[in-house]
Amino acid sequence: MKNTIAERIFDFLKDYPPFYVLPKEELYTVSKNVKVVYLQKDQHVFKTDEKIHDHFYVVKDGAVGIFREQDHTLVDECDEGDIFGLRALIRKGNYILSAKAIEESILYSISSELLEKVINTNAKANKYLLESFVANIRNPYSTKNKDSLFTQVEGLQKKESHLTEVQSVQYSKNPITCSSNTTIQEAAQIMSSNRIGSIVITKKEKPLGIITDKDLRNKIATGQFSIQEAVKRLMSSPVITYPKNITIAEAQIAMLQHSISHLCITTDGTLNSKLVGILSEHDIVVIHGNNPSVLIKEVKRSKTDKDLKYIRKKTQQLLEGYIAQNVPIFFISKIISAINEAITKKTISIAIEEMDTPPPTEFSWLAIGSQGRKEQLLLTDQDNALVFDNLSKEKYAQTKNYFLSLADKVTKKLNTIGFEFCPANMMASNPRWCLSLDEWKQQFNNWITKPDEDKIMLCTIFFDYNLMYGNKDIVNEMSESIFESIGSYTIFLNFLGLNALKNPPPLSFFRQFLVEHSGEHKDQFDIKARALMPLVDAARLLILSHAIKDFNNTVLRFEKLAEIEPQNKDLYDSCINAFKTLLQFRTQQGLQQDNSGRFIDLKSLNKTDRLKLKRCFKPIKDIQELIRVRFNLSQIL
Amino acid sequence: MLTWLQHKDYPEFWKKYQSHFKNKTEYNLNTARFVVFDTETTGLNRKIDRILSIGAISTIGNTMDVADSLEIYLQQDMFNSETVEIHGILKEGNTTKYEEKEALIQFLDYVKNAILVAHHAAFDISMINECLARQNLPKLKNKVLDTGLLFKKTNLSSIYKDKLYSLDELCKLFGIKKHDRHTASGDAYLTGIVFLKIIGELSKTRKTTLKSLFNNPNRRGLL
Repeated sequence: MKNTIAERIFDFLKDYPPFYVLPKEELYTVSKNVKVVYLQKDQHVFKTDEKIHDHFYVVKDGAVGIFREQDHTLVDECDEGDIFGLRALIRKGNYILSAKAIEESILYSISSELLEKVINTNAKANKYLLESFVANIRNPYSTKNKDSLFTQVEGLQKKESHLTEVQSVQYSKNPITCSSNTTIQEAAQIMSSNRIGSIVITKKEKPLGIITDKDLRNKIATGQFSIQEAVKRLMSSPVITYPKNITIAEAQIAMLQHSISHLCITTDGTLNSKLVGILSEHDIVVIHGNNPSVLIKEVKRSKTDKDLKYIRKKTQQLLEGYIAQNVPIFFISKIISAINEAITKKTISIAIEEMDTPPPTEFSWLAIGSQGRKEQLLLTDQDNALVFDNLSKEKYAQTKNYFLSLADKVTKKLNTIGFEFCPANMMASNPRWCLSLDEWKQQFNNWITKPDEDKIMLCTIFFDYNLMYGNKDIVNEMSESIFESIGSYTIFLNFLGLNALKNPPPLSFFRQFLVEHSGEHKDQFDIKARALMPLVDAARLLILSHAIKDFNNTVLRFEKLAEIEPQNKDLYDSCINAFKTLLQFRTQQGLQQDNSGRFIDLKSLNKTDRLKLKRCFKPIKDIQELIRVRFNLSQIL
Repeated sequence: MLTWLQHKDYPEFWKKYQSHFKNKTEYNLNTARFVVFDTETTGLNRKIDRILSIGAISTIGNTMDVADSLEIYLQQDMFNSETVEIHGILKEGNTTKYEEKEALIQFLDYVKNAILVAHHAAFDISMINECLARQNLPKLKNKVLDTGLLFKKTNLSSIYKDKLYSLDELCKLFGIKKHDRHTASGDAYLTGIVFLKIIGELSKTRKTTLKSLFNNPNRRGLL
């Protein structure tokens, strides 16, 4: 029988993951069984602790917010084509988050049972759904770019191997075991002497059962069993086994599905082969969180540029792995920045050792621009500056020369390590950017009180500085001086505002992307200038207007702004989300094309990605409007 | 006695349809089954014109169920019914077309005792009733709601009290993207969305119950 409505639903779903990998007939079957749900604004789809529905949801029109009930945090915003409520797929327990329509919405609800049938025969779709589900539980804060996962599923295996290279352990390879006749007391003693939270009971090296701390707490301490009994009475059996090559995602799903915290790794993945390891929930936490600290430790141990170069290369692999696994971008940028900072620090201290004498006075090495904002993920060029303490005129020339040659060493080393020279020469080795504290103060004061286009541009770069190495007091004094100058010459903020509006929202009147009209990047979309910079500029301007120090990162700035101006919280939150998404886009592009990721060929994006990108532009428009009104810019424009 | 005799003459499918109305379960706005439907016809004269197709989708609460929908196309060649007898089912493209009677059987079996919803429902209902009459059957027994009239209860319509709104106008007003306009199923779907939006709109301002939907909007005092 013809079914016009199902055909229409089919047409919609086929453009979105994971549906577009489904064969036509399967998707049509799914479409025929969709339920269309209409929601008014603020109506709930489900609430925290509500029993899981036998459906999950795709947003057709409108937008649905995923909230954490405890503190009403908006965890994710789903709009056209986004999937949510995937917890229904594990068919167990209650919802952890709430879903509520942020605006009037229409949803397609799809039976999880039906989809399960389909995905059981379709490995690709299956993998996508599981991965995005895991991405959700791993960190409920950033699921913005869920479907990017899919486009990279193919590459995932390969990238993971890079990751394991970085990781020290995946699971405990020498599991502690005992036989089934061991007494509970003995087993507990083995566990405490080995400082482990679980022990596997084996027979001929094959896993029989497991005892965990929890069992001891729940079954022994409560008096249910005597400690003299054999472990076989207490153990959970059979154990859940997997082969060695289990992925993090699989492990997490398995633990969730069975509500357990330990998996046994056996040679062939079944109960009937040799136990080779134990994978605990803790191991997974370690896998997610520990790599960077290993890298940072390595940085501290390294002695030459070469060591550092190698670490920087590993960092790049870590980045690729994180992006492939859809780790939240804010988390990634924190980690990468931390490693870059460690590398820079180490480089400077190596350079100082190579100098003939120690530094003649206190100084600070500053990262500026995106590095200063800790938003640099890819290997872009280095931007830095140096400030040294004031000193008498006689000593000035000599001191400046010392720091110039130190800066020269450092920048060259950084270049070798992988941070290329700045083409605009915004580096501490440039005499213009290697100055004493008083000189910097005068220079900033000059920029602020006698602004012109060039000086405003310099402000946008130099105001976002971050101390990388050296004396903190000098930097604090510099910051205070900047705020003093701004306070005495507030019209500067209006000029900065004008600059923030220099790049209009990137959509034309007809909702088309504005692309470059000429030059090398003709018809490409400049994500840096058109989308990221307007947000960065807006955040800087607004935070400066509140005279708040020490907030140099765009996301942190918007978070602080949301705190100061609760009436604009929604706008600032949406700016944060947009910024994160855009940064992730740029990073992915950069990784794919091995460049700065600045220019995006729109044709290379699928429809979903284009939509996601477009969605980021509304906050840009809104924040620019706010700036225009607040700083009375329509009059100046 | 006479009515009893008449009853006996009715075909099985009608009796089955009728039996659904013996169910006296009390429904409310969230539990009642609505069937939103639309007919495409050869014209607007209920006596001469015929139904070309019927599209319908059921709605319970705020959810339309695509799996519980109906889309039937009717055989038009009245005078060639013999060929239909011979070929059984006529095929044109991919669509199966049914004789009027078969279409009615399917429709009644599908709607059961649901509350029927249509835009300018009087016309669609009368077209179905005409079909029923041609089969010597009584009129539809279902309760009927008209989205055109329901809309007049909302505050959105207060400016143009006497205006009759077309489905197109309502879609525009509610910002509904139009698909498959002027196919029975497409219109039924759009009417369904309009219906849900009207209910939503009504619930915003006052307590809306199943019963209140059937109140005459013109009885709202002299406002």
